[in-house]
Amino acid sequence: MLAYTFFIVIAFVWSVFLFLEGFDFGVGMLTRLVGRTPAERGTILRAIGPNWDANEVWLLTGGILIFAAFPAWYAASFPSAYIPLLLLVFCLIIRALSIEYRSKRPSERWTSTWDSLTFATGLLLPLLVGVFWAGMVHGIPIDADGRFTGDTLWSHINAYSVLGGIAVVVYSIAHGAVFLQNKLDLSWKSRLEPWANYAGMATLVLMAGFSIWTVLAYSADLLGIVIAGVVVIAFAAAFVAQRAGRSLLSFWLNGIGITAFMAQIFAALYPNVLPSTVDDGFNLTIEQAAASDYALTVLAITAIIGIPGVMAYQAWSFWVLRGRLKREEQPSETY
Amino acid sequence: MRFTQPVSDGLLVDLSRLQFALTTLVHYLFVPLTLGLGPWVAIFETLRYRTGDERYARLSRFFGSLLLINFAIGVASGIIQEFQFGMNWAVFSRFVGDIFGAPLAMEGLFAFFLESTFLGLWIFGRDRLPRLLHLSTIWLFVIGTWLSAYFILAANSFMQNPVGYELDPISGDAVLTGLGEVFFQPLTIWAWLHTIVGGVIAATVFVFGVSAYHLKRGQHLDLMRKTFRAAIVTGIVAGGIQLFVGDVLGVIMVDKQPMKMAAAEAVWETTGPCASLGIVAIPDTAARDNSFEVGIPCLLSIVATNSLSGEVVGMNELQAQYEEQYGPGDYTPNVWVAFYGFRAMIGFGLLGSAWMVLAWWFTRRGRMPTSRWFWGISIWMIAAPWLGNLFGWIFTENGRQPWVVYGLLKTEDAVSDLSVGLVATSLAGFVALYTIIGVVEFRLIRRYAIRGPMEPSDPMPGEPPPVVSSSAGKGWTS
Ligand code: HDD
Ligand code: HEM
Ligand code: HEM
Repeated sequence: MLAYTFFIVIAFVWSVFLFLEGFDFGVGMLTRLVGRTPAERGTILRAIGPNWDANEVWLLTGGILIFAAFPAWYAASFPSAYIPLLLLVFCLIIRALSIEYRSKRPSERWTSTWDSLTFATGLLLPLLVGVFWAGMVHGIPIDADGRFTGDTLWSHINAYSVLGGIAVVVYSIAHGAVFLQNKLDLSWKSRLEPWANYAGMATLVLMAGFSIWTVLAYSADLLGIVIAGVVVIAFAAAFVAQRAGRSLLSFWLNGIGITAFMAQIFAALYPNVLPSTVDDGFNLTIEQAAASDYALTVLAITAIIGIPGVMAYQAWSFWVLRGRLKREEQPSETY
Repeated sequence: MRFTQPVSDGLLVDLSRLQFALTTLVHYLFVPLTLGLGPWVAIFETLRYRTGDERYARLSRFFGSLLLINFAIGVASGIIQEFQFGMNWAVFSRFVGDIFGAPLAMEGLFAFFLESTFLGLWIFGRDRLPRLLHLSTIWLFVIGTWLSAYFILAANSFMQNPVGYELDPISGDAVLTGLGEVFFQPLTIWAWLHTIVGGVIAATVFVFGVSAYHLKRGQHLDLMRKTFRAAIVTGIVAGGIQLFVGDVLGVIMVDKQPMKMAAAEAVWETTGPCASLGIVAIPDTAARDNSFEVGIPCLLSIVATNSLSGEVVGMNELQAQYEEQYGPGDYTPNVWVAFYGFRAMIGFGLLGSAWMVLAWWFTRRGRMPTSRWFWGISIWMIAAPWLGNLFGWIFTENGRQPWVVYGLLKTEDAVSDLSVGLVATSLAGFVALYTIIGVVEFRLIRRYAIRGPMEPSDPMPGEPPPVVSSSAGKGWTS
């Protein structure tokens, strides 16, 4: 019972991660795409300055909860995704450096180099996360013992998972552009709008394509179809809201869309955590992979206190630091 | 029967170990400074709050900016570690997953979020929060870092001395049965104290060295004299505490991991009472004896057992005992690393404090030595506690070998079944990336440390001036 609850909790944590870091990644890309001078890029990045680091902890929590609640799932999927995950951690390090260090020397070359790295990692990170999860739905070669037997390079990479990855990248751009419209002062509007509109359109198309593929190939049951419907409707509504100038509404609709996207992945996995591409009989199921009842109980108490608590003070922190950033007020040192 | 078949490829195991050792040690370059400098900054903030003296504001901004530069990479290098458990140590992850789940999840939810959220609020919320609330953000950050250390050490202590578990009869994996034992076994508590004090020593010698740099050049005298003196007092006290804590930890270790203690002292044959503590030894691992040793009579008995008549069981006896218990195999860790690692930890770790005793004498009653070498050595001292901390971990983790979970799972059985080429490639990637980061980081910290405290009006690095329009009206969160 608890195991199934944690299956849902993990889906939720990864949704929160993609909702929050989605715009961080998007802002990372838009820094280069929209900002023309180092100073402008500084202002754009400043929009995520206080929170990106805490948002990143959701990724970590998502990973730890897999480890804690489903050790066998963690042990089978992490080695199989060795290369994507290795790139992921490299990107995390480089991104942390580029956000923190860009303004620490008054040299244009220094700043621009870091900004390019912010762009590159902002692009790669959502791609890798998308590939990781869609690759999971596709399944990997595991044997009857739940042991990974395949080739680490290709196990998570196929047309389906790459489509999933690209969809998450494009979503991040749209989400970031919508976020910035709410966060920067109105003089930026004309430059952000095209990005929000085109990326919003592309998100809708790619997410719809991904959802249809998922339903056809992996979850042709009623639940799968309903969730796919929610994905499409939410992103369509987000697009319409953005076009209508309601960027705040669009921001939250993106949240619903990405939560439905994660839900779709988990619905396609259910009742497995990791399907085997070798033989259906080797699928690793939720029950098989779960930790002991005692451990799950401890974990449940931790999660019941921890997750709402964290959400509460994170929300408070967003609230304290609310308000639009003015263009002209530049950090004097920030180049 | 283990659920997952162990893979035994010597090269794969070695590369995986090397990669893990490299990445944790790099992570641990940043950890002590975060653990120790946090409280320094928080105390400056508190003094400023209580006295309204702007000089404290300058100090908290100065050391706060150094803390920030350090923290950013501390976080990123830590995330790597968390992922590596699964990527490179799949069998291990599966084996301990049930046990590690609780501490690691609590670390994430109760500690990491606290650190990162409140650090953000401390930097960006200065003009937004009431003063007392703003002050509490930096303290919450400190609490977060100290808590995170506790949780990770609870996990690590399980690897050193498994408690509160049962082995699952079918899968052979460890299953959690007693959370309290995992969290509160004496080893965890004392290892945590030891690590925290190690962090405080590192940061204190850092403050000392940075102050010495500015005093040497005769700049920022008003502030740097104060921090120099404060660091001397803190450093001497912390060194004394560490002697005591380390001694307790050593006694626990003799009890739980006698092999580690025997290796740390290069004791092959079980000693009689009044055993001598080796100062120098040349262990001969083939002959299982020392080809040369010099020691201080009776000291080992005192250190290991707190009594003159105590005996220390030697590695040869333990080896025979373990073979009987666990089957044939080599149960002796690398004695060279254990013996000299232990000494390097104590030596380098306490060197800073020892030097501070001299520095205290030289600067008594406001004297300022003019000799260049005095200040030069004081600056170079910054490196010593780092070496102490790193050797502490090298000693602890190496001394546990060949076990990754003591008595339950061997390191060679714990790795993921990856190709050697892949792990070699990722290891090379880490080396390259860390080299670049190391250089950038070092130069930045140096730059900021050398620049010295800013005027109160200067923004902190990365800190934005108040940039929010008052007509926030329709704008919302960020
Ligand atoms: C004694 C303390 C200690 C020890 C032994 C370790 N760490 Fe650490 N870790 C910290 C003390 C710390 C810290 C003080 O909380 C850090 C250090 C620098 C920092 O920025 O936070 C941190 C950061 C940190 C982070 C990022 C946290 C965040 O996002 O805020 C992760 C994921 C880890 N660590 C994981 C690990 C793992 C898997 C370790 C074991 C191999 C490990 N740490 C050893
Ligand atoms: C008289 C002084 C000291 C003694 C007797 C001592 C003793 C010990 C012992 C026995 C361990 C191994 C714990 C285990 O494996 O279970 C250890 C580990 C360690 N030591 Fe020391 N130590 C001393 C000084 C220091 C100093 C000064 C530092 C750093 C500044 C330091 C840093 C560490 C670290 C980082 C570890 C590994 C983490 C841990 O197990 O807590 N030690 N020490
Ligand atoms: C919960 C925390 C930790 C876990 C789960 C852990 C796990 C491991 C594992 C799986 C290995 C590889 C097997 C081996 O060679 O021993 C290892 C080795 C090592 N770890 Fe830890 N470790 C932890 C904490 C640390 C920390 C904080 C450090 C310090 C920086 C550290 C330093 C090392 C070193 C130096 C080695 C290499 C030892 C050798 O190969 O002889 N470990 N650890």
